[in-house]
Amino acid sequence: MEVALFVPCYVDQFYPRVGLATAELLERHGASVVFPEDQTCCGQPMANAGSLDDARPLAEKFLRVFGAYQYVVSPSGSCTSMVRNHYGPLLGERAAQMHGKVFELCEFLHDVLQVKPRGRFAARVGLHQSCHGLRELRLGTGSERILPARDKVQELLSGIEGLQLVQLQRSDECCGFGGAFAIDEEAISCRMGRDRIADHEAAGAEVITAGDMSCLMHLQGLIRRDRKQLRVLHLAELLAEAGARA
Amino acid sequence: MSAHAERATLFLLDQPRSAWHDQAVWWVRQKRDRAASALPEWEELRDQASRIKAHALSRLADYLEQFERNAVRLGARVHWARDADEHNRIVHDILAERGVTRLVKSKSMLTEECHLNPYLMSRGIEVVDTDLGERIVQLAKEPPSHIVMPAIHKKKEEIGELFHDKLGTPQGLADPQQLTEAARAHLREKFLAAQAGLTGVNFAIAETGGFVVCTNEGNADLGASLPALHVACMGVEKIVPRAKDLGVFLRLLARSATGQAVTAYSSHFHGPKPGGELHIVIVDNGRSRLLGRDEFRRSLQCIRCGACMNTCPVYRRSGGHSYGVTVPGPIGSVLAPSVDAAKHAGLPFASSLCGSCTDVCPVKIDLHHQLLAWRAELARNGLAPRWKRIGAKAGGFVLRSTLLYRVAGWLARRLVPLLPRALVYSRLNAWGRGRELPEMPRRSFRAEWRRRGKP
Repeated sequence: MEVALFVPCYVDQFYPRVGLATAELLERHGASVVFPEDQTCCGQPMANAGSLDDARPLAEKFLRVFGAYQYVVSPSGSCTSMVRNHYGPLLGERAAQMHGKVFELCEFLHDVLQVKPRGRFAARVGLHQSCHGLRELRLGTGSERILPARDKVQELLSGIEGLQLVQLQRSDECCGFGGAFAIDEEAISCRMGRDRIADHEAAGAEVITAGDMSCLMHLQGLIRRDRKQLRVLHLAELLAEAGARA
Repeated sequence: MSAHAERATLFLLDQPRSAWHDQAVWWVRQKRDRAASALPEWEELRDQASRIKAHALSRLADYLEQFERNAVRLGARVHWARDADEHNRIVHDILAERGVTRLVKSKSMLTEECHLNPYLMSRGIEVVDTDLGERIVQLAKEPPSHIVMPAIHKKKEEIGELFHDKLGTPQGLADPQQLTEAARAHLREKFLAAQAGLTGVNFAIAETGGFVVCTNEGNADLGASLPALHVACMGVEKIVPRAKDLGVFLRLLARSATGQAVTAYSSHFHGPKPGGELHIVIVDNGRSRLLGRDEFRRSLQCIRCGACMNTCPVYRRSGGHSYGVTVPGPIGSVLAPSVDAAKHAGLPFASSLCGSCTDVCPVKIDLHHQLLAWRAELARNGLAPRWKRIGAKAGGFVLRSTLLYRVAGWLARRLVPLLPRALVYSRLNAWGRGRELPEMPRRSFRAEWRRRGKP
């Protein structure tokens, strides 16, 4: 099965290991991975600023680059949701061209490949539920919804030996990244992040993991500023590392 | 910085207080979770409520006229107000014609929105808010900071001081029971002296012409029952078609608002009491403009439970006053720009778009998507903050070209590590005020990917 890798722009530029881990994980589970080189950004930053005219060319570029692939997979719930749920106002009916083709990594492993990664990762891990994966892609049941709890990410992690998920006081509160929100509302953004970190620390986490590197970029920035010992790892990195150890 | 961001920054300067506020409001969200979990049909109820409201809004004019006919048949007088000014004038005329100088009021966010209190007081009418939280903020000369818990930003010690100052309670009193009793005694005098009572409306029923007012303190009932004159003010969106629809909304409202199964008082009013007068003032004030807009219409489904505030991680940490509007939080940030887009252009950006509000909303308003739609609307009308427009233009320009994008990334990765820390973390770098930038890798993913391809 051929899979086109959609690597968020900031992951491409600042977190190459996350992209590599994603490719490795997909290959390990039988996919053949290609990376269309002309890709840049899905357009979310411009759309979230309200500038649809600046976001539209990027959505069109996305269609040109990825339109021909059967499966497009990204290590980001937020960028995946942008393409899946927010291209309508930019592209009108053409947005449907990507329907059923773009997947967040965990969702792809769980729903399409239907695999359960095996491996070993002996640590107490705090799972940060990135909002757009949780509430826009419905990777799990958010704490607001009165529905049977299920969680695709936790199911994927349950095959990893030695990994102990810690119990948080607030299971899915936002970390405060929010794209340009992190700049526009800098004080609130940092406060939200520090509160999340404190929750993970109090629960005894050694590692914070998440499906979106943007949340982790923000949290890691705070952890490093405050000289804390917590490690952050994207889920792809964690699963790849666990598999390599097994 | 937007006005919200400035006020939020100030609120956060007192960190223990902000943390206390966050925890106090989060506690209400948890109560809501427990109350909602007790109903296995919760999500179904939300669906029904959303559909009933959407239907009512789709024939709003018909239902409003049906409500008017039935209310008049029951003996009420119905008035129509286009905007806040007209609303205030109508209420004042009703009171002035009858020589009313002492009015008691139960909680009504609509009258807060219209700034009725200062309007009446400047015309010689004493207005006493009788909801405990509202009375506290009225005595403190502050606006409410939450639509259900107007004084949630105040600690009990501060209320003790305020009551000592205004009501003559002993200094240092901070026991909620004793403070409440002091307020009760003070308000009882006001109730007995009042010549008219004003209430809000939670639900107006088209098929009967009756309406329902929900309170926990029974203050609306006293205000509407003791004086002969009852004035009820409602926004046009308060309509539900049938009495049996209440079975859906009353179950959702209190659980969502405070985690109670039902409000202590859900009082039904059908026409004036014997020998009394009932006036119903129906207000538009920008609502029909929202009704005409596909992308924003759903915000009129709001039943003012405040659950979106309680769940909002921004509201909890910035406090209700940071929004600068009567209805704060996610729903407030959706409603405010429809009244004055230029003035409230910062509010749709005061959200991380986490989407918790959308999932907690009992009538399923897609709040975070409406905030996003407002951002686009503001940008289209040239009202988005200037630096955002410039940033989006520049970003869009670079990202359209794969080559430019790669060069920009390369420059960042190579240059940032070479620059002195004082320059990278200058005042211009808002990210770096409280956080470190990512550690710059030497190579991008695409460079690594190409190298990997080589044997």
